[in-house]
Amino acid sequence: MTLALEARGITKKFPGVLANDHVDFALEKGEIHAMLGQNGAGKTTLMNILYGLYQPDEGHILVHGEEVRFHSPLDAIMNGIGMVHQHFMLIPVFTVAENIMLGKEVKSARGMLLDRQRAEEEVRALSQQYGFSLDPTALVKDLPVGTQQRVEIVKALYRQADILILDEPTAVLTPQEAEELFVIMRSLAAQGKSIIFITHKLKEVLAVADRISVMRSGQMVGTTTPKEATEAGLAEMMVRRKVILKVDKKPATPGEEIMRAEDLQVLDDRRHPVVNGASFFVRAGEILGIAGVQGNGQTELVEALTGLRPIAGGHILLLGHDVGRVRPRQITEAGVAHIPEDRHKHGLVLSYPVADNLVLCTYYLPPFARGPVMEEAAIRENAEALIKKFDIQTPSPFTPTGSLSGGNQQKLIVAREFSRPVKVLIASQPTRGIDVGSIEFVHQQIVQRRDEGCGVLLVSSELDEIMSLSDRIAVMYKGRILETLPAAEATRERLGLLMAGVKEETATKEEVHGA
Amino acid sequence: MLDTIVGLLASTVIAATPLALGAYCGIFCERSGVVNIGIEGMMLTAACISQIVAQYSGDLRLALLTGILTGGILAFIHAVISIRFKAEQIISGTVINILAVGLTGHLYQRYLAFSASPPQSPGTFPKVPIPLLQDIPILGPIFFQHQPIVYAMLILTFLTHFILFYTPWGLRTRAVGEHPRAADTVGINVYRVRYINVTLAGLIAGLAGCWFTLEWVGTFNLQMTSGKGFIALAAMIFGKWSPFGSFAAAVIFGFANALQINFQLNMPNIPYQFLTMAPYLLTMIVLAGVIGRAIPPAADGQPYEKG
Repeated sequence: MTLALEARGITKKFPGVLANDHVDFALEKGEIHAMLGQNGAGKTTLMNILYGLYQPDEGHILVHGEEVRFHSPLDAIMNGIGMVHQHFMLIPVFTVAENIMLGKEVKSARGMLLDRQRAEEEVRALSQQYGFSLDPTALVKDLPVGTQQRVEIVKALYRQADILILDEPTAVLTPQEAEELFVIMRSLAAQGKSIIFITHKLKEVLAVADRISVMRSGQMVGTTTPKEATEAGLAEMMVRRKVILKVDKKPATPGEEIMRAEDLQVLDDRRHPVVNGASFFVRAGEILGIAGVQGNGQTELVEALTGLRPIAGGHILLLGHDVGRVRPRQITEAGVAHIPEDRHKHGLVLSYPVADNLVLCTYYLPPFARGPVMEEAAIRENAEALIKKFDIQTPSPFTPTGSLSGGNQQKLIVAREFSRPVKVLIASQPTRGIDVGSIEFVHQQIVQRRDEGCGVLLVSSELDEIMSLSDRIAVMYKGRILETLPAAEATRERLGLLMAGVKEETATKEEVHGA
Repeated sequence: MLDTIVGLLASTVIAATPLALGAYCGIFCERSGVVNIGIEGMMLTAACISQIVAQYSGDLRLALLTGILTGGILAFIHAVISIRFKAEQIISGTVINILAVGLTGHLYQRYLAFSASPPQSPGTFPKVPIPLLQDIPILGPIFFQHQPIVYAMLILTFLTHFILFYTPWGLRTRAVGEHPRAADTVGINVYRVRYINVTLAGLIAGLAGCWFTLEWVGTFNLQMTSGKGFIALAAMIFGKWSPFGSFAAAVIFGFANALQINFQLNMPNIPYQFLTMAPYLLTMIVLAGVIGRAIPPAADGQPYEKG
């Protein structure tokens, strides 16, 4: 077997972090090689080195057996390496053809002008060669995410890439779109392209990869094949201990209704309606999961529920409060806990010490405050107790929160939200970007709250998370709840279709007003 | 009556010249992602220096060249501050404006005021009517009987549009202003594209500055640009960062200016202070967003961090 790409002894240090520690990696020609690892394991650093975005402190890179040295992505591109970034590197206001030719423009005969027509023809030809269709004249911002991803792939192919790095390509796709992507990947591999596929979804790895490499805290742990590997085995390789992938929970015993949204309408920052007549309800002691591809109004829905965004129409009744007429603090005080989607922006004050972040909802109440004065001793005691109870890894209660790992920051939020009496939990992407161990912890905590009689609204774009935690699943598409079904009736296929906006008429419906 | 209107429109084109040129300067800067509110200062300094060179050398072309370069040098300083040092671009622009007031005040006292007994001003560029075109009825007098910088402005309108939308350089410029990281990942040197655009844009601001002294008045007066650099920015926004749109906006502002001068001459009983306010009022109304919301380039004003 010839090696398309080889990395030998790659080491990269960042201030305080050894991101890559003598990493060896080999990519064979025409294979799909999955790169697995938790956030912060060093996958992205390695890929950025292979793509010339970073220079390694030590080690060598070989392309087709020859040693190369990349000073910028341009060098990598010249060596036939293309990358599809997790956050697409596309310019929304440009056309597909403009995006693809950017940096390697198709010029007219005299070399002065852009030759748009010829660029469009080239794009059309390239996409047909690999079995998908792209309209080269469409503006990228008007295209669905899956199509934008194909633009990225064609962009790499246009530069004659024969090694493709796909960074978490399925994070933004529905299961069906992911399947389509896998078909494209296999077709690319069959035509001799070598593919590195970065992901943290174990199922996908086993489904599509020829070989699997696992990274953990900057080191390459090992390489295996889907035949030899199991989900549990891979998870264990990623975290160095046994992980319970299945969430252990008893059947729900739902009580009275505690949250109801009716015909809810919410506008986004650009004043476009993104929640468009959503209706649902949550009862005490159950978990309602809201599934959906990112960007279908989930963010704005949660912001409306927590009083952070005005409601444009319809109404929300939450623990007897008419949300929209009351201030966020009243919602909090009524017993609503909120795990926000973006913990950096809305969940924590990163420059504050851990102890202060732990009292963000209650700092003005005794025992943490006496009149206008903060009670440092009580705040510290509270912090010490919660750090212990929720196993938050921090050097001290006074460490700036920003220097904690993502998983520990998330535990901190969970600790804060659960340290006061809670009747409703609104959790949005509660495990995004955190390690497998912390995911397990957060999931257990959510189920425990449910068992204590708390009503939980779980919003997540990870279908596995929705399916393993929820008692009922509502699928959100283009600002509406397309359908709500009991978790027992929800299959990946059915949810996937709903997430893509396809509603089966024969499906059993559980109407919001019916219960 | 027709003559009056044609005359008014011809002076509209003249009054629009510094505004349109200032706007094109802004377009090149902001399309590449650098906010430039120092256009006013660049114009003022260029006006002053070009007049000094004009009077001491007696050579209008040399003066024009020096004025243009002055704009380029100031813009390069702005580029270094905002691209290399990633400083707040509004502050850098403001500093250039303040610097311009102080510097031109000093230079004026030293080289141009009566006490310095400067050489005679060589006057302004003569009108250069374009053969044949100037004889077209109505359009001829409006567009083709002007001084050189007015023509330069008209040509730059098309040239700017052409560069931005029909050349690889323009595609890269806009890419860098919209999503610099995307440009970086396809091997475009974001810093280089920004440096070149901002500096070249400064040359255009320099040209606009020369218009005040070498074409309009023939002498330098303190703070003679009187905020036209800011109105130019308003024209750029009103024109949605496009050359033709900005030209149209500059013409509207220029018309307000031409009209108020006309009123001052013909209706002496209206206090002139009210009339001179008109272009500025119009600017405020435009900036307050009465006429549609303009979306700037996505990365406008954001320093780029590699990696």
